[in-house]
Amino acid sequence: MIYRKIRQPVIRGGCARVSLTMFNLVDPSEPNVASSPPALRVRTGLKTELSAKAQPLAMKTKYDPTDWITHMTRIRDTQDQAAFAELFQYFAPRVKAFLMRSGADATLAEECTQEVMATLWQKAHLFDASRASVATWVFTIARNRKIDALRKQRRPEPEDLVWGPEEEPDQADVLSLQQESEQLGRAIAALPEKQRELIEKAYFGDLSHSEIAEQTGLPLGTIKSRIRLALDRLRHAMK
Amino acid sequence: MNNVKHHLTDSLLMAYSAGTLPEAFNLIVAAHISMCDECRARAASFDSVGGALLEEAEAVAMDDSSFAETMRLITSGAMAPLATPSRPAGKSVLPAPVRDYVGGDLDSVKWQSIGMGVKQSILPTSKDASIRLLYIPAGTAVPDHGHRGMELTLVLQGAFVDETDRFGPGDIEIADEELNHTPIADIGQDCICLAATDAPLRFNKLIPRIAQPFFRI
Repeated sequence: MIYRKIRQPVIRGGCARVSLTMFNLVDPSEPNVASSPPALRVRTGLKTELSAKAQPLAMKTKYDPTDWITHMTRIRDTQDQAAFAELFQYFAPRVKAFLMRSGADATLAEECTQEVMATLWQKAHLFDASRASVATWVFTIARNRKIDALRKQRRPEPEDLVWGPEEEPDQADVLSLQQESEQLGRAIAALPEKQRELIEKAYFGDLSHSEIAEQTGLPLGTIKSRIRLALDRLRHAMK
Repeated sequence: MNNVKHHLTDSLLMAYSAGTLPEAFNLIVAAHISMCDECRARAASFDSVGGALLEEAEAVAMDDSSFAETMRLITSGAMAPLATPSRPAGKSVLPAPVRDYVGGDLDSVKWQSIGMGVKQSILPTSKDASIRLLYIPAGTAVPDHGHRGMELTLVLQGAFVDETDRFGPGDIEIADEELNHTPIADIGQDCICLAATDAPLRFNKLIPRIAQPFFRI
């Protein structure tokens, strides 16, 4: 037999195949989607429970994400603890919320969040603002910690691209990527409530991969081509 | 690699980015991304969605001593040192994440012969899905089979052909319950694949026709 028998798969949530397409109402070309500010929403379900326990720690709601890049540079170049403290105050409570929604209890989430933030400090020199926003980078570190600590699995990562001598990324690339990240954030915030909830469920582990329908309706085109461009440049520079 | 024609789906990339896939699937996704710039960029854009959701998320208050504890973690050296990128950028058939699971390059794979020159090597992952390397001599067929769950097959070397299309290096075939197929290794070169599945395969004959020679199909 070529294929050894393995255990029956764990099927979460039965065979429900939740279609995100039914909410596919977002047309990224429509200007009002990208430019409309994130609306204040009334949260329901689990979120309400969480928020009951949550305190508004990081009151800073309006900020320029390029600030965080400067913070990262300060951490990298001068081990600036004040910059780290500000990043911590903003991101740590969000990482903790992400881990709790993914199934960690408060104690484990607290512990893991500290490790995530320490990793951010430790890996500051690896952050590349032309390929990701700081929020995205923090998310990937938190996601990997989740797999390791909560799911007790290894996280296979793709082969690294070959990096050249350390150079500051092109400022125009950095700016475009950050702007497109912001646009994406606004577009997600502006999604119809039900569609946004499904995407949140997919990211917080309440939907299995087979339950995520193909067409997500996410306006990813621009940011994908921006990242693609950065990768192409990188490949070229290394030739 | 730019000749990849068969890519990952959005749902797999999203689940990879979210970190909700079984380990075996994570490994095959990471292996495909290593060979496919298009999917690398798509995966990065799904990470951006994660970043955006993180910012949107409601904050949960940290303990009072959190920041001090974190600084202690950093300064005490208690954190594991960063893994040094020991991956040679050579022309290995196995992408780096697969080499990590094999514990070396192609010559370190512990093949298990399963007849007619076909060999397999099961890689150690969590039990919710399984993944194996398959070595199929040129012109040989893998038995006709259907799937109860999902089967992903990534070509690392050579190529295979089935009822749907031809799959070359870097191409990934995504087979679900609706597909019954008999993949045949292309005649040009022995085929090395990575195959992950989250359910036992269903063979269509009582005794699987393992490694049926190409000319008898």
